[in-house]
Amino acid sequence: MPNTLYDKIWNDHLVDLQDDGTALLFVDRHLVHEVTSPQAFEGLRNSNRKVRHPNLTLAVADHNVPTTDRSKGISDKESKIQVETLEANCKEFGIKLFGMNDKRQGIVHVTGPEQGFTQPGTVIVCGDSHTATHGAFGSLAFGIGTSEVEHVLATQTLVQKKAKNFRVNVNGKLPLGVTSKDVILQIIGKIGTAGGTGCVIEYAGDLIRSLSVEQRMTICNMTIEGGARAGLIAPDEKIFKYLKDRPMSPKDKDWDKAMEYWKNLKTDEGAKFDKEIDLQAEEILPMITWGTSPQDVITIDEKVPNPQNEKDEDRKNSLERSLNYMGLKPNMAAKDIKIDKVFIGSCTNGRIEDLREAAKILKDKKIAAHVHAMVVPGSGLVKEQAEQEGLDKIFVNSGFEWREPGCSMCLAMNADKLKPQERCASTSNRNFEGRQGRGGRTHLVSPGMAAAAAISGNLDDVRKYQN
Amino acid sequence: MQKFNTLKSIPAYLPIVNIDTDMIIPKQFLKTIKRTGLGKNLFFEMRYDDQGKEIGDFVLNQNPFNNSKILIAGKNFGCGSSREHAPWALLDFGITCVISSSFADIFYSNCFKNGILPIVLEEEKIKELSEYANRKEEISVDLNENKIVYGNNEIKFDVDKFKKKCLLEGLDDIALSLKKSEKIENFEKDLKNQKPWIFND
Repeated sequence: MPNTLYDKIWNDHLVDLQDDGTALLFVDRHLVHEVTSPQAFEGLRNSNRKVRHPNLTLAVADHNVPTTDRSKGISDKESKIQVETLEANCKEFGIKLFGMNDKRQGIVHVTGPEQGFTQPGTVIVCGDSHTATHGAFGSLAFGIGTSEVEHVLATQTLVQKKAKNFRVNVNGKLPLGVTSKDVILQIIGKIGTAGGTGCVIEYAGDLIRSLSVEQRMTICNMTIEGGARAGLIAPDEKIFKYLKDRPMSPKDKDWDKAMEYWKNLKTDEGAKFDKEIDLQAEEILPMITWGTSPQDVITIDEKVPNPQNEKDEDRKNSLERSLNYMGLKPNMAAKDIKIDKVFIGSCTNGRIEDLREAAKILKDKKIAAHVHAMVVPGSGLVKEQAEQEGLDKIFVNSGFEWREPGCSMCLAMNADKLKPQERCASTSNRNFEGRQGRGGRTHLVSPGMAAAAAISGNLDDVRKYQN
Repeated sequence: MQKFNTLKSIPAYLPIVNIDTDMIIPKQFLKTIKRTGLGKNLFFEMRYDDQGKEIGDFVLNQNPFNNSKILIAGKNFGCGSSREHAPWALLDFGITCVISSSFADIFYSNCFKNGILPIVLEEEKIKELSEYANRKEEISVDLNENKIVYGNNEIKFDVDKFKKKCLLEGLDDIALSLKKSEKIENFEKDLKNQKPWIFND
């Protein structure tokens, strides 16, 4: 019987399958960060259990770390305790950790691929919903809760039930100025935030294949915003080239053997999908979110919706609540939305290509006087690379702040946050109420669109600034 | 883990769709290294004003809903982040059953690890049950029988058999999986032969 890529990875990791379909799945790679792990390690200690495979586990502090000068350490007492707890736990259980001052430190979903820890055909988990990012490599990667983190640490397995197969085909070519961020926002707008619930999404089609590895990561990253736990893309030459000679990639004979396996990781012709949708790339335009859910998308040429046009009472209430929170009027043009802050970074758009895309727009330009803007590279290595290319100077000359790597204002657990009613054009992944700070208002956009917004002082069309 | 068997309570009704885990427990409370003590911060931004005073309009600030053990909410409850702090906060507040027409996957599975029963019902039934919240009348949940009893009516609900057993008996997942140690070891042996690169990082 023909299988999907998800079926194949699933089958290859079955340790045990109960009659009721409950499976015990082997986990090849486990990423750990400071926020969702302390209680898991505590659980291990309380029951006298060890970490089964410390060498299949990699830890990095990212959510809480300051993005300003780190020589003085972390000033927030609770954040400091959490980061120190991670250090102590990694030491106690023999887990490799990239500390705050290690240049390999970064957002866990940027660091994993960079190090070659992320590999095709593996099952990768992390106590973080954006683990879906790693699916860009053709791995089955998904976020788990802290109890499951403890379960993986103790057993290197996870109790799971098989999800449904959902394929999203994107064909054609993207218009100028349109990026993979716009593609995924469009997809979420189309399927809704619960559209992928209970499914694993495979992204396919010639547009997907034409994307770079980093662009693919942006798409898989936001799969969770469409309700699916995992998104994946069949690995190809671009992936293999990306992984070759990374510090944790297979070496020599192992590389050859891995390649043999990796090359066959694709959905068989005729495999059955429970759900399938098609998008045409030419029809995708630069997107923004106007509301408080990632499905609240419009193109930059459109207007904010009017709740009065909604027949469904729940939907109408929800629109009104969002507009009220966002401080927007019905039918307002997207381009009339004035912004206060710009945030470029996060596991969605904090990689080198994202920074290049924004820098290209910002070169020789100044940001609007009333805008406060910052770039937070996804990792120390991304930062180093950007500095070698002179991107930091472009950002700084235009008026951006150039920061140290971490999750930063994507979820505002560190000092980087919006004040009440402040409005931000952000390259991150969630525009939930209070996500970037209590009362803060988030508009999700691509890095190029964030740069355009910074220059104009309002949400604007990146194509205007394209050479 | 606390066992879940039957539960009787006046339900609290929160008619908002897409309640995300940031709403359930905002990030400033994720800095804890403990599982307990999060109840006072449950739904923090809806529950307290800028000065930290309780907002009287919010359902969980009102008597008798401040003692509700059952929460009825709009569809796609628990979407967003994987933070288990969300079920920990519900549990610490005293809520051990959440009823909605749909749940986000990670939140749904996190509930079962903490003795919380998430129940999926059709929208119509949700509306029907919400009347009991409006009238401040008790409903009861019986996991053994897979049913909710309200007034003279009852509704059956579905729950995965294995998950049900774990909840009823308060079983420790890890201990159950470790009983399969031999199978895990065999899997690892095969893996070392077939995909040696997995261990050679």
